[in-house]
Amino acid sequence: MSLEVRGLWKGFLHGGEPQWVLRDVDLDARPGEFVSLIGHSGCGKSTLLNILGGLIAPDAGTVTLDGKPIEAPSPDRAMVFQSYSLLPRVSLVRNVQVAVSSARRDWSKEKVDATAERYLTGVNLWEHRDKKPYQLSGGMQQRCAVARAFAVEPRVLLLDEPFGALDALTRARLQTQLIELWSDESETETVVMVTHGIDEAILLSDRVVVMSNPPGPSVAEVIPVDIARPRDRVSVVDEPAFRFAQQELLDILHRDDARELEATA
Amino acid sequence: MTIAIPPQTTEPPVVAPNGDAPPGGHRAAPRPLVPPEVQRVGRARRVAAGVGYGVLGFVLLGLAWQFASTRAEGLPGPMKTFDTLFDLLSNGFVADGPDGQGILLQLRDSLVRVFKGFAMAAAIGIPAGIAIGRSRRLHQVFNPVIQLMRPVSPLAWYPIALTVLIQSDPASVWVIFMAAVWPVILNSAAGAMSVPSYQRDVARVFQFSRRTQLSQIVLPHAMPSIITGLRLSMGVAWMVIVAAEMLSAPSGIGFYVWQSYNGAGLRNVISAVIIIGAVGVALDFAFQALGRRITHEESHA
Repeated sequence: MSLEVRGLWKGFLHGGEPQWVLRDVDLDARPGEFVSLIGHSGCGKSTLLNILGGLIAPDAGTVTLDGKPIEAPSPDRAMVFQSYSLLPRVSLVRNVQVAVSSARRDWSKEKVDATAERYLTGVNLWEHRDKKPYQLSGGMQQRCAVARAFAVEPRVLLLDEPFGALDALTRARLQTQLIELWSDESETETVVMVTHGIDEAILLSDRVVVMSNPPGPSVAEVIPVDIARPRDRVSVVDEPAFRFAQQELLDILHRDDARELEATA
Repeated sequence: MTIAIPPQTTEPPVVAPNGDAPPGGHRAAPRPLVPPEVQRVGRARRVAAGVGYGVLGFVLLGLAWQFASTRAEGLPGPMKTFDTLFDLLSNGFVADGPDGQGILLQLRDSLVRVFKGFAMAAAIGIPAGIAIGRSRRLHQVFNPVIQLMRPVSPLAWYPIALTVLIQSDPASVWVIFMAAVWPVILNSAAGAMSVPSYQRDVARVFQFSRRTQLSQIVLPHAMPSIITGLRLSMGVAWMVIVAAEMLSAPSGIGFYVWQSYNGAGLRNVISAVIIIGAVGVALDFAFQALGRRITHEESHA
């Protein structure tokens, strides 16, 4: 059950010609699973994520969450965007509260406030709760965006290159916090993340979906990552499963690269 | 295919703790720090130079004016004009002088009309512009009308306004409104359209109400553009009021210019021109300061 994608097509008109960004995509994300989408830019991974979020509609195919079709955005599929997407005028705690009270109108004010406190504490931002976004670093803003997404208690969390703009140390810290929130704190079951980083994908995911550019199929391969959780970010790189997945991903992505070079030559 | 990364050849310069050049001597000695009092002197000197060059511009203008006045019959020179200007300013608030109302009272009448028309333009133009910027349909309906109306000189509305409103005072306010409203609408619309797409996505995913979208997303992003629109329209309004009052008004700085042309002479006309320019600069400056204050808070977003 859970998130199911079947026969998904999405194209854009490019100089009058349709270009199929997503070509017959099948994908499953089961409850309790962390799935990464990886691939070269232009392979349609963000497009796929936006379709899962309900922000754009596919041209053909179905997307269902527990059997119900996805047609519009919903707090059941909360998103974290690549750009810092906080509301500029209000404090961090108001940012989370506004999102939660908008998304969950039936929650009492007490519940909204308590939830905001819980998740801001979870990303170590409670002491900065009264600051406005522009007073904080990019990493702190993105932590707040992660807290906001978890705080609406979604079934599925969708992350679009959430750490792309951050420096390596900040990224590492935020990756750890993300996994902790997901596995310990929140009710959220499934996470789908778009990323550029091979190591990041392996460290965080149960399965890595490699996507490729035309003319091949959109989903080139799905690499399982069989490493027990919790994973230690230092020792995990010595696991044979990590090395194996890393090699597989590099091979597939390079193969794709070489084919593209041939096609343009 | 492999790409060779060239080894780093530039190392950070080594500086000994005492600030001397490192041993070896082939590197340039570090530049001494400029003490703050020296920096302050440098800054003061730059400011003074800026003011000095600004004054030079006015001196050149004065010389050209002086030269022109010796050639053109009837054109008063700067010295005589400044005498008149000081007289006019010192009797500026006399309600019942030889030429009628004092010049500062005329100025007040003009400013009141400008602010009335400007306030109307802001009150209608900002919401209308945001609505047009937010809705593609409204944009399709109103954009052609706006594009047609915008290049029309606001003075062309004067006969219509005068016929409908009968009195010249509300007619001048109407003309100001027609001059000021287009920049406000267009810039507010552009501001509302400039909301980044990911902020729109946030509103959709978290299902913000219309009110939350407007106050938390649209207005903060549109504000710098709205302020620019208000500033532009104030500039236009101030230009137009002089012309509108010259056509037919019982008072005002434009009325004064025309009345002086017919009576007191060019010295009074040029004095009024100087005052009009100074007030225009002051209004623009005020809006710039307002814009800086508001965008300072938002632009970090």
